[in-house]
Amino acid sequence: MPSIPVPSWWRRFLSLPNESPEKTFGMALLVSAICAVVVSASAVLLKPRQDANLQAENSARMMQMLRGAPGIGQLLQGVGAEALEVSVVDLASGALAPDQDPTAYDARRAAENEQTSIAIPPELDVARLGRRAKFATVYLIRDDERLASVVLPVYGKGYQSVLRGYLALEGDLNTIAALTFYEQKETPGVGTRVTEPKWQALWSGKRVFDAEGDVAIAVAEGAGQGPHRVDGITGATRTSLGVTHLLRYWLGPHGFGPLLVRLRGVS
Amino acid sequence: MSGNLRHLTEPIVGNNPITMQILGICSALAVTTSLSTALVMCVALTVVLATSNALISAIRHHLPRSIRLILQITIIASLVIVVDQVLQAYAFGMSKRLSVFVGLIITNCIVLGRAEAFAMQNPPWPSFLDGLGNGLGYSAILAAVAATRELLGAGTLLGLTVLPAAGNGGWYRPLDLMLLPSSAFFLLGLIVWAVRSRRPEQIEATEFVLRTGGRREER
Repeated sequence: MPSIPVPSWWRRFLSLPNESPEKTFGMALLVSAICAVVVSASAVLLKPRQDANLQAENSARMMQMLRGAPGIGQLLQGVGAEALEVSVVDLASGALAPDQDPTAYDARRAAENEQTSIAIPPELDVARLGRRAKFATVYLIRDDERLASVVLPVYGKGYQSVLRGYLALEGDLNTIAALTFYEQKETPGVGTRVTEPKWQALWSGKRVFDAEGDVAIAVAEGAGQGPHRVDGITGATRTSLGVTHLLRYWLGPHGFGPLLVRLRGVS
Repeated sequence: MSGNLRHLTEPIVGNNPITMQILGICSALAVTTSLSTALVMCVALTVVLATSNALISAIRHHLPRSIRLILQITIIASLVIVVDQVLQAYAFGMSKRLSVFVGLIITNCIVLGRAEAFAMQNPPWPSFLDGLGNGLGYSAILAAVAATRELLGAGTLLGLTVLPAAGNGGWYRPLDLMLLPSSAFFLLGLIVWAVRSRRPEQIEATEFVLRTGGRREER
């Protein structure tokens, strides 16, 4: 490299004795600066691709769970993971929250934080949650632009644990496509039956709202009659009631109500 | 050039970093339950080792002794982070399966070992070849261990069924032991035994003594 002109200060720096403080500091500074640039450049340049990977993974996991759910699995036949749109919505307004990263937002953690959650007014708190996150991650499934299904995360107190699950509504935003619970610690053999596919299958086809537009869906005491009633689980009255309450809350005006209104307006 | 190529071929069997120098055992246990993860790990380590050797060798005359190791580790760590980022971007599933072990290449003794033992005393090109050779030597052992573990432990190779497992209606009963880390120890032991019985000169040939001089190590 004789043709490249080397600045004299650089040559002077290189010719310093290795053990001199100037050279020691200089080398440390130089090596760490170059390494920092390389590392930051690779992190910044590759970030979009990594985010896309993360999102695809989340969608795929979600899709797999939805496919396993009775009723909604058939709905998703032939629909690729890319048809699944993950959005974070502001529950109060029902609008999308574009400044929240869907791959990073964790509603569960947000619900535990004073800053990112709000207290639920006691008269509305049928699901006995106390607080809820300001935002929620919802999943929209489109079939050629048309809204085919909305999947909403729902949770609430059962008999002795918090039931967490997903409620899938069909495109009319009234008919239930599927209800599935993925986490609960209810009484084994009794309350735990909420996770049984046979019981979850009872939900598909039921209607959430009555003619007046109020949330009418409920778990019946005993055999369920009509479009708004699902058979209760024998011996698990409190768990069944918990399911009714959590659906009432999350589909109500303090839950996903505003979102449903907004979606109905669009479609 | 042929003199330099020696640096490339020698570490593969003759002075293999795993069987001869007994370095890099940790990752050899961790990522060898399946061949595909082992191969990706090998590529990652080889890239890091060859590049770090070349870079460290290029600046070896200007490394103050007092902060020599810190600077070496800084360079190695940066390279490892870049490799990890690339894996996360282009081989996401694989990087999830390798989890922390790509990041742990930083602490892999082979990398710092070669930097100290070779790159600090040799020009960049031989150092690059030495890094490549040691990476390939590591890869050869890892691939052998991983192929054996995956074949005997799950009846597959690279995920393709070779021995139909009994669980899926086949006849082969997988050796669950092979999926446990200890089996990698047994296999490494068997490989060391095999190599040393073919090359008796490797049997505790030299005691390793730390030297401060600039001479290259002799075998």
